[in-house]
Amino acid sequence: MSRALLTGNAAAAWGARLARVDYVPAFPITPQTEIIETLAGWLDAGDMPGRMVTLESEHSMITAAGAAAATGVRVFSATSSQGLLYAMEMLYTVAGWRAPFVLVNVSRGLASPITLEPDHNDIFAARDSGFLQIHCSTCQEVLDSTLMAFRLGEDPRVRLPVIVNLDGFYLSFTREPVDIPEAQLAAAFLLPYEAENVRFRASAPASQAMAVLGSGPYSYFRYESHLAAQNALGVYDEVAQAFGAQFGRSHPAVDAYRCEDAEVVFVMIGCFATKARHAVDRLRDSGVAVGLLRPRLLRPWPAQALYDALRGKRAVAVIDQNLAPGKGGVLHGELASVLYGQPDAPPVLASFIGGLGGRDISAEEFYEIAALTRAAADSGRTPPPRLLYTEDELREVRKLQAIAHAEREQLRSES
Amino acid sequence: MYRIRFHGRGGQGMKTASRVLGSAFFCAGFEVQDAPRYGAERRGAPIFAFVRAAREPIDERGVIRCPDLVIVADDSLPGVPAAGVLAGMDEHSVLLINTHEDVQLWRERLNLAGPLLVLPAPAETVDRAALPYVGTACAAAAACLSGSIERDCLMTALREELAALPETVIEDNLAAAQRAWDAMAPHRGLVKERDEAGARDYTPPAWVDLPFDSARQAAPAIHAAATSVEVRTGLWRTMRPVIDYQRCNRCWWVCSTFCPDAAISVEPDGKPLIDYEHCKGCLVCVAKCPPHAIEAIPEHQAQQQEVAP
Repeated sequence: MSRALLTGNAAAAWGARLARVDYVPAFPITPQTEIIETLAGWLDAGDMPGRMVTLESEHSMITAAGAAAATGVRVFSATSSQGLLYAMEMLYTVAGWRAPFVLVNVSRGLASPITLEPDHNDIFAARDSGFLQIHCSTCQEVLDSTLMAFRLGEDPRVRLPVIVNLDGFYLSFTREPVDIPEAQLAAAFLLPYEAENVRFRASAPASQAMAVLGSGPYSYFRYESHLAAQNALGVYDEVAQAFGAQFGRSHPAVDAYRCEDAEVVFVMIGCFATKARHAVDRLRDSGVAVGLLRPRLLRPWPAQALYDALRGKRAVAVIDQNLAPGKGGVLHGELASVLYGQPDAPPVLASFIGGLGGRDISAEEFYEIAALTRAAADSGRTPPPRLLYTEDELREVRKLQAIAHAEREQLRSES
Repeated sequence: MYRIRFHGRGGQGMKTASRVLGSAFFCAGFEVQDAPRYGAERRGAPIFAFVRAAREPIDERGVIRCPDLVIVADDSLPGVPAAGVLAGMDEHSVLLINTHEDVQLWRERLNLAGPLLVLPAPAETVDRAALPYVGTACAAAAACLSGSIERDCLMTALREELAALPETVIEDNLAAAQRAWDAMAPHRGLVKERDEAGARDYTPPAWVDLPFDSARQAAPAIHAAATSVEVRTGLWRTMRPVIDYQRCNRCWWVCSTFCPDAAISVEPDGKPLIDYEHCKGCLVCVAKCPPHAIEAIPEHQAQQQEVAP
């Protein structure tokens, strides 16, 4: 094992390399491109076996990934943001084929307006596609989760494709120390793929079902996917345990940090959660009993583990790095479904929206979230959702609008 | 924890500088985080990169707000507000600027609360293939100023990060690093780590409730044509193309056609004119001109010649 400085993108590429992938369909998009560039370099130099094919779009790329997976080989691909959305039709389609592969998504906010920086609306758009989802908060987790994702998706009790998610810039282009496992240890953890009856072949026609299904068969196949995804909860725990035994690193489905005796708990996903962890330490130093709960697994949704960790707490603050216009934070709604009507559910479930388009969340903002949530626990009233947005940010927008307005007026007077 | 920001222009090696410094800290036993920050990749545009180094795993992420050290690779950047060179600097923060000018001049100009040092920019060379390796020099200076990195670690880091380059280029970089290290040696250890303020006495964020604005105002629309003309991308230039009209054969199309920014116009008599307000200094025209009538000179030199009577 060697410890090296790796970007999140390089860590994802290392995960694919150590998984000994056979096939990498590829299409570039910022901030993901470095992943396929790295793999291309290794494939070209003979550092890893396998084959890469560049496709003409993400739609074709996911089709190729699913089709290759259906032949029983090990497949890896990567995309981001608009690319993931362009592939959306095929995400649902290939998930239904029950042919496992691993897709890395590097989160980046969606247009319009356009940005290169991260939030989670892209990956949440794929929430109900049938892909499982693992969300990472460090570069180490990116590498480890990629290996784990293959073992999880390929398990005969699951057999579903898996997305491993990391945040653009904050992880994708950020180097951190990462333990790179020895190849033979990785091979011992992730055995060759036993594809069983997944063996679609050229000149050997096969059909899984009728072209157009009635509601009965349709419901059957859809619900079987759901049951497989739910099986993945238990299988994930086994995979995480095996990973811990092999490499000494623990990646539970739900990462609970200083939650046991916490009165108030932050709930977050992704790499901004390390900022929350930092804030938890500082708040603990000042005597405030705060914890952080971070679901790594988003699909399947680890409802029981989340409930167990939050049961009896005074209040919960969900910090959503996404926005469903007309609704609010997606994670907040998912948490409510875990807690509502359950014994000892926290009476306050507050919603905060922050980090849209990579907007930073400061330590002071976490302290303030803790203060507001504690006050809400005292009063027993959940506060209205709060967008993390400051006077200075609004002033900057007003300045831009003043310029745009002046130009518009000028144009009108000239015409 | 050390928090260090490098400011430069796309192409000057700021990302590499942050990686060299990151690797040097890593070699010295630190936990490290290094990252570049840019929009769509743009040669010559202001960019920055940053390094965090601490004895414990680092949970902080993203842009460094309160830097212990800011390194400015290009002395035209403090005059560009969008570059944000001075953001978050206080009496604890050290500024190191790579410049031909005098340290006193910069102290008066910027009037900072903290220390300001100059990294003497190397004299211009006639042979432009002999690049100044400004990124390497900046990384070496930062390593020295931190006081926590031995020279051996710096040199190991340079060899690691530049491994893909030819040995002679690596040797030149090592020499540039040595010069920068020596220049900073009197100030070794000037840059100090600092702890972050705790959660007890924090200033609450000034959050606002966003008001509803009519879509006439709130749609992200640009209402005027040709607004990009207002953006003086000429400020991104580190090298300036200059046309020698004695050599120019008035072909009327080559340089103006290949200019990716449409910054070269042609007079009716075939004479090309470069719009220096918007020329980014990519030097495609220099490479394309058939009679070699376009020369590239360092931007600051060109500006000095303009000022001179």
